[in-house]
Amino acid sequence: MSARPDTLPRASGPGMSTLARLSCLMVQPILTRVVRRIAKRHPSLFARLGPHQGTDFVIDAVELPFALHLRPDPQALLFRAVPRDATPEAGATIRGKFMLLLELVDSEEDGDAAFFSRDLEVTGDTEAVVRLRNALDDVDGSIAEETAEMFGPPGRAILARLRRAYPT
Amino acid sequence: MSLAELICPAGTPAALRTAVDAGADAVYCGFQDATNARNFPGLNFTPDELAASVTYAHGKGAKVLLALNTYPPAGKVDLWRQAADTGARLGVDAFIVADMGVADYIARTHPGVRLHLSVQAAASSPEAIRYYCQNFGVKRVVLPRILTIPEIREIRKEIPCEIETFIFGNHGLMVEGRCSLTNYLTGQSTNMDGVCSPASDVEYKRHEDGSMSSQLAGFTIDCFGADEKAGYPTICKGRYTAPHRPEGYYAFEEPVSLNLSRLLPDLIDAGVHAFKIEGRQRSKSYVRGVVSAFRQAVDDIRAGREANIADLVALTEGQKQTQGAFETKKWR
Repeated sequence: MSARPDTLPRASGPGMSTLARLSCLMVQPILTRVVRRIAKRHPSLFARLGPHQGTDFVIDAVELPFALHLRPDPQALLFRAVPRDATPEAGATIRGKFMLLLELVDSEEDGDAAFFSRDLEVTGDTEAVVRLRNALDDVDGSIAEETAEMFGPPGRAILARLRRAYPT
Repeated sequence: MSLAELICPAGTPAALRTAVDAGADAVYCGFQDATNARNFPGLNFTPDELAASVTYAHGKGAKVLLALNTYPPAGKVDLWRQAADTGARLGVDAFIVADMGVADYIARTHPGVRLHLSVQAAASSPEAIRYYCQNFGVKRVVLPRILTIPEIREIRKEIPCEIETFIFGNHGLMVEGRCSLTNYLTGQSTNMDGVCSPASDVEYKRHEDGSMSSQLAGFTIDCFGADEKAGYPTICKGRYTAPHRPEGYYAFEEPVSLNLSRLLPDLIDAGVHAFKIEGRQRSKSYVRGVVSAFRQAVDDIRAGREANIADLVALTEGQKQTQGAFETKKWR
């Protein structure tokens, strides 16, 4: 890992806006299903989030054509794909390469180390990010694998393909 | 030869299980309040989580040490006493304490539970350590990170308790338990509230040239160039300008982590009983990587083999490491 998130090539150019919107529409049903499943299986996540259950997190995987918007409110879970030119006002933004972010979610990488190396960038409410990090870190097992399992063999194949396509 | 116990950090129950599975002899942790020096948002244990964690650790032959290593402000000591009562009820193997009042309460109320003297007590002379041993029955002292190995060897000869030293992790200012820098800027105390550089007061800002500044309570404490590695947003690791140093300089300490992997045989030979890994605020990934590496190293040394420890620099602050005062007093 070496390149800073803001120096990585972003998906841009003519037609990207349309592509981003189409991509958002395509992945949205999956995201909704995923976040509901994770919330159901790991309810202790919400206690560690404390007052930041209502915070709007923007998760910016720099290679993807869209950003992700997470509001981890157990009463009204929100996890959606949004075009970069339409992201909401974020309480906190977390930016990095796709696979790094995935490995942080799964505790395969250390968030502090990624921050030290400048591979991970955090802006906005630092406490919100720290709470989200600690909440996710208390989850046993792999959220990525769990998500893939939800979709059976095609899900596992897609995860394997993503891992190949987006090395850390 | 000393036992060379490996004392490992856990900020969550999952991290505790990770540490135990990676080979920790003991895991230290704290409650979700000001009674411990890692009172960070979303971190630490509820009593129910600690109960389950003690069961898990004991089932695998590992101990659980409860950090009660902050100083109660006047009139608020009940929180520390309740934490001690809860820890004793849940069967923790030792309390790590800094405050004499807390030590006295535990010694009188829970005499069957070991007392370890926290690094936050900053006891660095045989006289001070003996005082804690004689008056509170302290069984182990965690030494401040200001001593050379020859000094540790001499202290060991003059005290009636075990010695624990840090071997890896955050390398803070060398006045543990007496640092008021965070309090000065934020109004919250590292030593009484258990939080150094509270996250609610930290802000990172990106700049157009690729640099990033870190601020604490609105004060800029460092600005990392586009190609520079970053460190924690603590005042003691801040970089400041001054009339004689307009380019900016680290006034107290550089962003760097302690790594004594090469000194383990010398520490064991000096009589160090236990090795502590810092990092309750770090992830399971850190715990897994660091504990596994040091487990292997300690086992190699015990078996008479040369320790071949994994490269851990990627996990260090600023991606720099030091042997600090353990190697020489002139390290800074």
